[in-house]
Amino acid sequence: MQEFFQQLANGVAWGSIYALIALGYTMVYGILRLINFAHGDIYMVGAFAAYYLARAMGVGTVVEASPLVAAAVLLGSMVICAALGVLIELFAYRPVRRSSRITALITAIGVSLFLENAGIRLFGADPKFFPQVIAPRTIALAGGVMVTNHQIMVVVVSVLLMVALTLFIQKTRTGKAMRAVAFNRDAASLMGIPVDRIITITFAIGSALAAAAGFLVGLTNPKIEPLMGIMPGVKAFVAAVLGGIGSIPGAMIGGLVMGISEYMVVGYISSTYRDAIAFVILIIVLLIKPTGLLGRNVTEKV
Amino acid sequence: MIRIRSVLPLFAITLLCLAALQGCAKRETEIKVGEYGSLTGSTATFGISSKNGIELYVDNLNVQGGIGGKKIHVLVEDDQSKPEEAATAVNKLIAQDGVVAVLGEVASSRSLAAAPICQSAGVPMISPSSTNPRVTDIGDQIFRVCYIDPFQGMVIARFAKNTLHFSKAAVFRDNKNDYSVGLANFFTDSFRGMGGTIVTDQSYSEGDQDFKAQLTVIKSKKPEFIFIPGYYTEVGLIARQARELGLNVPMLGGDGWVSERLLEIAQDALNGSYLVNHYWEQDPNPLVQGFVQSYHKRYKGTPDGLAALAYDAAGVLANAMQRLSTEDPKAFETLSGPPNAEQKAARAKLRDLIAATRDYPGVTGKITLDEHRNAVKPAVFLGIENRGYKFVATVEP
Repeated sequence: MQEFFQQLANGVAWGSIYALIALGYTMVYGILRLINFAHGDIYMVGAFAAYYLARAMGVGTVVEASPLVAAAVLLGSMVICAALGVLIELFAYRPVRRSSRITALITAIGVSLFLENAGIRLFGADPKFFPQVIAPRTIALAGGVMVTNHQIMVVVVSVLLMVALTLFIQKTRTGKAMRAVAFNRDAASLMGIPVDRIITITFAIGSALAAAAGFLVGLTNPKIEPLMGIMPGVKAFVAAVLGGIGSIPGAMIGGLVMGISEYMVVGYISSTYRDAIAFVILIIVLLIKPTGLLGRNVTEKV
Repeated sequence: MIRIRSVLPLFAITLLCLAALQGCAKRETEIKVGEYGSLTGSTATFGISSKNGIELYVDNLNVQGGIGGKKIHVLVEDDQSKPEEAATAVNKLIAQDGVVAVLGEVASSRSLAAAPICQSAGVPMISPSSTNPRVTDIGDQIFRVCYIDPFQGMVIARFAKNTLHFSKAAVFRDNKNDYSVGLANFFTDSFRGMGGTIVTDQSYSEGDQDFKAQLTVIKSKKPEFIFIPGYYTEVGLIARQARELGLNVPMLGGDGWVSERLLEIAQDALNGSYLVNHYWEQDPNPLVQGFVQSYHKRYKGTPDGLAALAYDAAGVLANAMQRLSTEDPKAFETLSGPPNAEQKAARAKLRDLIAATRDYPGVTGKITLDEHRNAVKPAVFLGIENRGYKFVATVEP
């Protein structure tokens, strides 16, 4: 039983990261009906941005590791990735916005490959080791389950960001405009909503969330490399589809389901099926409920 | 205008021919040797250490006048730690650069990808440190200067059972890696044969970031130690995550752990663990100390076991060339000549001379190649304490 709860705890922490990445997929899809395949690579850039920021600040040598430093690194990498997301939208997606959806999809794949190979060129193909911006500590929970303060931080930061995002979309004027654009872009435009600006904001927020995921993964699993975004990107996409693409609570649930099922498969069956489980889940969801767990019932998609 | 235009191509062609001729003339004073290795990627230190070791040997040799008046020119190709790139690199070295022999690789999966190319081209390949037995089984052109995994797995099992008095092992293997799977199997067989039990056999894949699911299972089976026949990047991460789960048993590993980055990644997590290396840098043998000092002078660090083996692989090749140049100067001359029957015969002769290597005094011990083209060498056990290594024992074959 202890083993089961240990796997569950690890799965929740890992799934939170998928959930954060899945949010970006689902937001962009909700508004543009575009699957942004470059999203997993923005997560990679987020991890590297945090790595270089932490090094530039001299974490571990000049500055002591502390939650304040960690917050600064996290915010910095979120800002960098938000800017990157906006640039990608401006130069890659906006010119093809009026073209067919397949054109936009292929453009997204192109951007993804570009980011991966630019990453290899810029950062190098060798894995880098994320500096410890917060000293690691192991905490024993009830029943002998061991978690680290990093894992707890992953879950807490993810939940906070998701709550903030939900509040933003439900309570602010910009959020309302985003929901309107998702509902009907042309009508929203006729009502005087600046559609282009809203789309830009969507990309900025989605990319910032991916950067947060990149930072959190660097914290718990300190090895980062330019191709690290491919698999988590695909799995987060599956998580978004599982939850019902376009639905924000769906993305969170989907992420957690993906993380936990991955741990259970490795723990109780075999690590060989670690990546296969994502696709098994995808196929089952598409067969049984093509709209995902929370797909159809949510009328306001963002 | 028209006249000049018709003359220009002729002029250009003449220039090209001259350049080509000059190139040919220059090339004859040197012998081209190819090297492929992982200069980048997840096992970058393997390739960099090997490159340094080979460079050090060859540059020393060239300063002393080379072999038979010819300098050795080493052409290096990066395979990015990928088997498919290793095959591409070796193809290029043989077909495009026309190398006489090939040195590499460390990782068995990559040696296995490149060896068939060397075999079919009739170019001898000496792997400094691929320990999987299948590597030299590819054919009679493939050699190595290190011990092989049946031996390595057996000595680790014996060390765990007889020296550390452990009888319950967990195995954690990289199931996409030929070296890791082979070594895990040889260890398992030997350990069981000595009366030990394997409480669980878990696997991961190179490039994984997260190992906690498997480590949780391992922890629940309560092993006395974990045997991890993997490469340093994953081993470092595994060790850290194991400690985070409160799994504090020692870990044992093979020569895939050998890297200056291992403890940088693992930090304190590997204290109390043991690994097998190919030599010990503080060995008082003057040959070893001379090598360590000249390496330190040039690269500002201590050479790891893989650098030492690469140094010896270059040495074994140079030694065979040296014998060729004294025994048959004419064949030595045609070695890097135009591709014809004579050149083929000369290369076959070089292969035979490599195969006949006996008691070559290497920094990793005396090298004698057996009928399977493998070296029979002692294994060195090192312990890890306070983020540093200490010598434990040398196990003779």
